[in-house]
Amino acid sequence: MSEPAGRAGPERPFERTTLSEPAGRAGPERPFERTTGRERPTPATARSTGGPGTTLLGAAAWLGLATTVVLGWRLPPTREQGPYARLIAIHPPLAWAAYLAFGVCAVASALWLWKRTRAPRWDRLAVSSAETGVVFCALTLVTGSIWGRPTWGVWWTWDARLTSTALLLALFLGYLALRRVAYDPEARARRSAVAALIAVADVPIVHFSVDWWRTLHQGRSLAQISPQSDLDGSYVSVMLLGFCAMTLMYAWLVVHRCQVEAMEEALESEGLDVALEERRAEADVARAGV
Amino acid sequence: MWRDAMLVAGKDLRIEARSRVATNQVAPFAIVILVLFGFALDPDRGVLGRASAGLFWVAVLLSSLLAVQRSFAVEAGDGAADGLRLSGLDPAGVFLGKAAAVAAQLALLQVVLAIGIVVLYDADLGGPVLLVATCAAATVGLAAAGTVYGVLAAGLKVRETLLPLLLLPVVAPVLLSATRAWEAGMGISVDDGWRWAQLLAVFAVVYVTLGVLAFGALLEES
Amino acid sequence: MAPVVRFRSAVALLGRFPALAGVDLEVGAGEVVLLQGANGAGKTTLLRACAGLVQVVSGQAEVLGHDLLRDRRTVRRSVGLLGHTGTLYDDLSVEDNVRFAVRAGGGDVAAVKPAMARLGVDGRLRTISVARLSAGQRRRVAIAALAARAPALWLLDEPHAGLDAEGRDLLDGLVRSAVTAGATVLLASHEAERASALAGRTAVIGGGRVLQRDAVHVA
Repeated sequence: MSEPAGRAGPERPFERTTLSEPAGRAGPERPFERTTGRERPTPATARSTGGPGTTLLGAAAWLGLATTVVLGWRLPPTREQGPYARLIAIHPPLAWAAYLAFGVCAVASALWLWKRTRAPRWDRLAVSSAETGVVFCALTLVTGSIWGRPTWGVWWTWDARLTSTALLLALFLGYLALRRVAYDPEARARRSAVAALIAVADVPIVHFSVDWWRTLHQGRSLAQISPQSDLDGSYVSVMLLGFCAMTLMYAWLVVHRCQVEAMEEALESEGLDVALEERRAEADVARAGV
Repeated sequence: MWRDAMLVAGKDLRIEARSRVATNQVAPFAIVILVLFGFALDPDRGVLGRASAGLFWVAVLLSSLLAVQRSFAVEAGDGAADGLRLSGLDPAGVFLGKAAAVAAQLALLQVVLAIGIVVLYDADLGGPVLLVATCAAATVGLAAAGTVYGVLAAGLKVRETLLPLLLLPVVAPVLLSATRAWEAGMGISVDDGWRWAQLLAVFAVVYVTLGVLAFGALLEES
Repeated sequence: MAPVVRFRSAVALLGRFPALAGVDLEVGAGEVVLLQGANGAGKTTLLRACAGLVQVVSGQAEVLGHDLLRDRRTVRRSVGLLGHTGTLYDDLSVEDNVRFAVRAGGGDVAAVKPAMARLGVDGRLRTISVARLSAGQRRRVAIAALAARAPALWLLDEPHAGLDAEGRDLLDGLVRSAVTAGATVLLASHEAERASALAGRTAVIGGGRVLQRDAVHVA
């Protein structure tokens, strides 16, 4: 369908539609899809969601992560926490990646909502980043739990940071749930962009309330046995490596996820062209009858 | 905007006055919650009295879900949501009006629940100034956030299940802050209750502002 | 004088379905135009697009001088749409419903009582909840609300459906007096005979397009 003049940016109805699904699912498993819309749009985008750049990025991310794990494993056990202190190579970087992802999601949502910068790619970036962020956030809570069990003796504690992170995860699970139901792509992008921003506006309020709550009621007991107490240089450097590796991993996942989203949109827009043709053919039949 | 807000609030409250869903269904539901807490937490061990502030606010939160859902159910029936958009009312006005109507119902509900915890849990409502101030700020915040998420979920087939997932994590700080403020007001804890009330006020301001700004965009699309 | 409705290759989507696949239509001030076409031809969507409820996504669409591609909100105060389902609140009384519609549209509240009387929904019915009315009576209330608002453009989607003979005559009379007062009317109806007696010309719709803009009436 030819794009009408003067309507380039904001409202592009023929883009973006279905739920987020893995790329491999485009084929025969979609019985309700229009047969005519099933072919992949162009060979260039059809074969893979990546390119040389993403391969390099992916290699760097995996290499960084592997190095972090190996070096982390070789860290000396600490006096207070024994071998579990090694989780510092992974846990804070995971939390960092989760916060980074949610931040990117919020910024992308704002860019979509702002008329001057509105473009489908911001919506794609928002959903990709939110999905990746939810994974990182869940992993943060899991690794934190594994760490907490031997250190604090419980799987879960109402620590301020832990509680805020859990609420953040719930906020973005809601965001993803909302994305999965709205039907019209434009409407979905608008709804979810607003939802992301009003969810993010809650983050500082959550942070303050939870922080006051815990500090007022039980003091900083947890902070005293925080892992920072007996760290040497090797811990810090491995953790920094972990930060870099996790950031690369985040970037790599988001790039691919965005590409998947873009391919789905291309697929849908092709289906729409066909639908428009069919609708016009209906008109010709009706015209013949007049 | 204010004229439209008054119009919508008046319309919603008139609907409630005629249909009596708030008084005949939501308020009894809230009381049932209080009774269920009594079963869950053995009344003889004094847990109920100490937890009464938190239980009160949990009941308010759950009931507010119903109030918000009802507020948008009256619009969805028989194409009336079209009517709201067709009327040409200012969206910010529609938001303020609907939020005000929800807030009025929540205020009424809190009166019922407050009587409920005094009677059922033997709660002592000392410090009424702090308690009422907390209620006012929390009610505005809950109504505003609820109305924003209500319109987000409105028109979707899964709105009944989606709304709690969207709304409850967002209003979690309201539960936390309002409970702490009430505990201070009731003399259960020695926290500075006014600090919590201030946080509630910030929440209310943030979500009223967001609602005024975002409601147009959310009402528009269909 | 600029036309009241001007569509050029207008495309509108319902979800992913192109309900309007390039509509060309012009309606001048004071005209009564009948939209005819099979079920699913796109009549309802065209009316809803004129009312600013359905977004026109490409082409051109202007109603009462408002560009619907850019802003479809401001036009709504000046148009009145009578749809398949009334836009009434079940739990409000007949009078409250009409009054809310008029006040929301910025109309004159003094028009409420005469409009209700004209449609025969005053007296005993005035304070009854709309939920307790019959389908035909609800239709009359919706028409009364429309007449009381006195919009510049009337969009009537199957206005005769569900009305008794008297109600149909009342509606036709209302439409005629609205046109005399300067309003423009676009209506979709399968009641060919009655509707074409009202309309100055007929536009035939099919497959989301206007096939014929001034068909001769086949009475």
